[in-house]
Amino acid sequence: MSLTPPNPNLAIEINDLTVAYHEKPVLWDVDLHVPAGVLMAIVGPNGAGKSTLIKAALGLVKAAAGDVLIFGRPYPEQRRRVAYVPQRGSVDWDFPTTVIDVVTMGRYGALGWLKRPGAREHAEAMAALEQLGMQDFADRQISQLSGGQQQRVFLARALSQQADVYFMDEPLQGVDATTEHAIMQLLRSLRSQGKTVVVVHHDLETVEEYFDWVTMLNVRRIASGPVSEVFTRANLRIAYGGRSALGAEALERDEIRDAKPAAPIVP
Amino acid sequence: MIFGLNHTLLTVAFGSASLGAVAGALGCFAVLRRQSLLGDAVSHAALPGIALAFILTQSKEPLTLFLGALIAGCLGAIVVMNVVATTRVKSDSALGIVLSVFFGAGLVLLTFSQRQPGASQAGLDRFLFGQAATLLNRDLWFMAIAGAVVLTTLVVFWKEFKLLAFDPVYASSLGFPVRALEVLLTALIVAAIVLGLQTVGVVLMSALVVAPAAAARQWTNRLSTMVVLGAVAGAVAGVLGALTSSTFERVPAGPAIVLFAAVITIFSFLFAPGRGLVWQTINMRSRHKSLRADALLVNMLDMEEQHAHDNPEHAHSTRALKAAASVTGAFDVRGSLENLNRRGLVTKLPDDRWKLSTTGTEHASELTRGENIGGTPTS
Repeated sequence: MSLTPPNPNLAIEINDLTVAYHEKPVLWDVDLHVPAGVLMAIVGPNGAGKSTLIKAALGLVKAAAGDVLIFGRPYPEQRRRVAYVPQRGSVDWDFPTTVIDVVTMGRYGALGWLKRPGAREHAEAMAALEQLGMQDFADRQISQLSGGQQQRVFLARALSQQADVYFMDEPLQGVDATTEHAIMQLLRSLRSQGKTVVVVHHDLETVEEYFDWVTMLNVRRIASGPVSEVFTRANLRIAYGGRSALGAEALERDEIRDAKPAAPIVP
Repeated sequence: MIFGLNHTLLTVAFGSASLGAVAGALGCFAVLRRQSLLGDAVSHAALPGIALAFILTQSKEPLTLFLGALIAGCLGAIVVMNVVATTRVKSDSALGIVLSVFFGAGLVLLTFSQRQPGASQAGLDRFLFGQAATLLNRDLWFMAIAGAVVLTTLVVFWKEFKLLAFDPVYASSLGFPVRALEVLLTALIVAAIVLGLQTVGVVLMSALVVAPAAAARQWTNRLSTMVVLGAVAGAVAGVLGALTSSTFERVPAGPAIVLFAAVITIFSFLFAPGRGLVWQTINMRSRHKSLRADALLVNMLDMEEQHAHDNPEHAHSTRALKAAASVTGAFDVRGSLENLNRRGLVTKLPDDRWKLSTTGTEHASELTRGENIGGTPTS
């Protein structure tokens, strides 16, 4: 347990999270404090443990140590307030089902055992689809969707959970411009409703434009905080270590500011 | 009439229909969860359970043998899942190991049980390739009730099983006990397999789990319809095979049932609308035809624009168009030209020469802007 008392104002509080597959640590002693109402990107090189961080927070992979609090209470108690968007490639899109069916799955948790989704769940799923501009695809077979449309269906499914905290695994990976636009519009609207959104993100170019909070990860937590403060050249260099082509490229760019001097230089 | 419907044959028909329906329905989940081979391992793994149940109780009561098969089958499935989860052995190897080890043990126990004094009537070897004619009334009742229990459980947990089959990780994030659901679903699949062992036999039973489900997938894009179709296909194959076996001497039931299931499956693979091979070939042909026509239109637009300043009326011969098409690798230039002519996109002039019509020019310019590709109408 953490030494400080849980802070109910934090949407997400992760303490000392450590995860290992086959003895090699994937996440090492990660602390993460995310205030409510921010749009946070998790960035880091391949194999940095970005997806694992989300999965461990949601109990989907077993953590060797650490605890996860949502609004000051353990995650299992707060499950209904959390929604998860897995990577699009994690399911078989040739599964015999329709778009509205998949989105309705977002209501299954609230429905509980044995109850069948009815008119109310259908309406909630349709409302979620509309927010992503996918209402015309409701009865479409999911194998007929483009990658971007699949991604929007996954987001609609999470949206139908009506949660307060959203964890999304690479929702912007490999999607078309229309989808990227629709998703970002949704994320901003979630933020304006006070929701907290955590997004595993690959594209360093858009971090500053899209997000107001960022966590840089490479097995350990390198930095976490407002984009304007921690998305610095120095932190990127630590996170990517010059090994990743993506990181190296970003380091060459001028837009990413240099670390602020610790103290103003007085002439 | 080939099948005289006396009481025995009715028993056989109902029994094999119910086992086929249960296997076809549960098989859909096995197929969608990519566990088809698990069925094979489970059915082979059930053999030592059957033999051991008989050796220990000296009884051939269906419930006794069923329980023995169920326990051994579940054990086989558990071993496979644990080997995959805890070691670095991949699932195909784990399945192969479990299948052969359990089956080998089953054969040894089977031989042993047959050598026991007074056990000459055991007749357990029917569990190898199946026998429909020996189905008795009590077997029928047992299969009907057990089958109803399995199918009812499937309906009761329908929503959960569907979620589990489509996205188990997400199901877990919603708070469903995914591990327990997996165990329950696998137990139902094992039960469906075990129910059919007496009639179909351990060697071929997995085919009755996989084939009807694979056939059903071809005809629908809805899980509920797929499960119903799978059940129907399994029942039909079961009845036809069992009746064939009962009517003609020396035709074992298992192979007959599996052959009927295979016929249904092959027919579905070929002719199901949308997913069937025949349909896909037709669709692909028409898509290629449309793309060839697109390519030709763009070529013609290119060539005609080169003459725009000197002679806007310039038309090109088939030979010239063929030569130009050979660069982009298009086939069947003449066929495409005739086609486009019928659709009013090109005009045929004397001396085997061709020119874009006004609509053809418009359409070709759309294509060069990357719009409407593949949308060239073909007859």
